[in-house]
Amino acid sequence: MSATSLTALAAQLKAKQVSSRELAQQYLDRIAALNPSINAFITLDTEKTLLEAAAADALIAAGQAGPLIGVPIAHKDIFCTDGWLTTCGSKMLHNFVAPYDAHVIQQFKAAGMPSLGKTNMDEFAMGSSNETSYFGAVKNPWNTAYVPGGSSGGAAACVAARMAPAATGTDTGGSIRQPAALCGITGLKPTYGLVSRYGMIAFASSLDQAGPMAPSAEDCALLLNVMTGFDPKDSTCLERDKEDYTRDLDKPLSGLRVGLPKEFFAEGLNNEVAAAVEAAVSELKKLGATTVEISLANSKLAIPVYYVLAPAEASSNLSRFDGVRYGYRAPEYGNLDDMYCKTRAQGFGAEVKRRILIGAYVLSHGYYDAYYLQAQKIRRLIAEDFNAAFKTCDVILGPTAPGTAFKLGEKSDDPVEMYLNDLYTIPANLAGLPGMSLPCGFDGKGLPIGLQLVGDYFSEAKMLNVAHQYQRVTDWHTRQPEGLK
Amino acid sequence: MSLTTDDVKRIARLARIETSDAEAQATQTQLNSIFDLIATMQAVDTSGVSPMAHAQEVYQRLRPDVATETDRRAAFQAIAPAVENGLYLVPKVID
Repeated sequence: MSATSLTALAAQLKAKQVSSRELAQQYLDRIAALNPSINAFITLDTEKTLLEAAAADALIAAGQAGPLIGVPIAHKDIFCTDGWLTTCGSKMLHNFVAPYDAHVIQQFKAAGMPSLGKTNMDEFAMGSSNETSYFGAVKNPWNTAYVPGGSSGGAAACVAARMAPAATGTDTGGSIRQPAALCGITGLKPTYGLVSRYGMIAFASSLDQAGPMAPSAEDCALLLNVMTGFDPKDSTCLERDKEDYTRDLDKPLSGLRVGLPKEFFAEGLNNEVAAAVEAAVSELKKLGATTVEISLANSKLAIPVYYVLAPAEASSNLSRFDGVRYGYRAPEYGNLDDMYCKTRAQGFGAEVKRRILIGAYVLSHGYYDAYYLQAQKIRRLIAEDFNAAFKTCDVILGPTAPGTAFKLGEKSDDPVEMYLNDLYTIPANLAGLPGMSLPCGFDGKGLPIGLQLVGDYFSEAKMLNVAHQYQRVTDWHTRQPEGLK
Repeated sequence: MSLTTDDVKRIARLARIETSDAEAQATQTQLNSIFDLIATMQAVDTSGVSPMAHAQEVYQRLRPDVATETDRRAAFQAIAPAVENGLYLVPKVID
C-alpha cells in the first residue's frame, strides 16, 4: 500500500481519486491475503463493510465531508457492534451478536468511517501476548514466531501489517501501549473518563479506557477527535467540551521539560530498549527539550496493586456471564447452580478463571482490608508520585515495555513472568493519566521498540505534539515489516 | 501466605466455576506465585493514606425519572440460550 496516513487517505477521498468502497476493498483484499498468517481478525463481513463504505460515498457525493469520512477502521472485538459478532476473544461470547452499538462505534459510524472487521484480542482483554484468545494467537507481522503483545494484539498487528489504516483498542494495564510497542505502531490511552465505556465489555471498570492505534501520532490525534465526547450512558464519562487534539501538533518543542523516571531505567530493562529510548531523548533535546530526572518511587508496587484491583473488579464484572441471557450455556447440567458452574467452567479460559479467583479471594471475608483496601491506598501513593513529578516536568518519558516481542509460548506457562511485561504501563492506568507508545527503533532481531510518554490529566494534545515533532525528524513509524509490503 | 487446594476449591465455589481436584491443584501453584508477587505490597506503611477507588472525583449523575429506553425485549431475547413466551428459561428453582 502506498499512502496510509489518515490525512492522505482523507484527502484522496475528498479529491475523488478513490471512493470509500474502493479503499475498503483494497484493505479487504490485503486482509484476505495476509490475515491467514497473522490471525488479527476474529470476524470479517465483507458485505457489511462495503455497504458502510457505499453509504460514506453517498455522503461524500452529497458534500457532507467530515475530516475522516470514508476512511475505514478496524474495531477491537471488545466493542459491542450492532449486528456483528462481538466475542471479546472468549468462548463465553463465541455466538454473541450484539444488539446495540458501543458509544465508540456510534462515534465512528457518525464520522462516516466503515468498519473493516473485529480484531482479535486476549480473552476479556486479560493478557499481554494475545495468546489467551479463544480464537487463537495473533502473530507479530515483524516475525510470525513472535507475539504481537496484548490485549489489543489483533489491532496492533493489523495496523502494523497495513491491513487497516487505523484501529480501536482498549487499555486497562497497557493493552494499547504494549502491543503498539511490540508491533511498531503508535497508540494512545486517553485520560480516564474521556472516552465512553458504554458498550465496551467491562474488565476492570476503574481502569478500562479506549483509545486509538495507528501508524502515527497525527493519525491518533484525528482518531481521538472522533472517539472522545461526553456520553450520559457511562457514569464515569467526563462532561467536558470537545477538544481538537490536532491543535498543537506543529508547535515547537523549545522549553519542553521531559521527566525521566529513574525507576523506569533501572534493573530489568533490556539494553537495546534502553539505548533506543536514550537515543530518542537525544532527538528531543535537539528539538529544544530539556530533561529532568524524576522519581516515581511507588511505581514498583504497581504490578502487585494492579493484580489485586483489576481481578477484584473483573470478578464482579464477569459475574454477569451466567448462561441465562446471552452467550454460552453448558450443554448438560443439573440444577440452576450446576448450570452456572459448568457454563463458567467451560466458557472461560484459564487466565480469565485465574483472575476471577484472585478477585473473589481478595474481596472475600477476612481478606478485604489486607488486600483490596491496602491496594487502593498504594494506588493513591502511585498517583501522588505523578502529581509531584508534573510540578517539575511537562511530560514523562520512558520505555513502554521492558523488552521487545517474545516468542509465542515463551511466557504463556508462567503468569507472573507475563504480568511483568506491564511494569511501565500500569502506573498510568492506576493514576488515570494519559499514556502513549510510539516506535523509536528496532532490536538486533529486527523487532520494534516502543517509547512511552505519560502526560498530566487532559494533556493529550501536548503528548501528541511531542510525538508528532519526534516523528517529523525520525522515520521509525513509517517502517513496514519486510515481505508484507 | 499460601493457599491450600481446599482454599482454591472454596473460592472457585464462590465464583461459581466448577473445578476438579486436578484443576484445583494446578491452579493452586499458579495462584500462590501470584500471591507471592502481591505480598510485596504488604510491607508498605499506608497509615493515614485514604484509599483511591477511582481516577477522577466523579459523582453519580442524576436524571429526570422518565423512561428513555425503547422496548428491545425481542432483540435481547433473540440472543438468549433458551426463551419461551418472552421468558428466559432456566432449570426449575422452586418446587
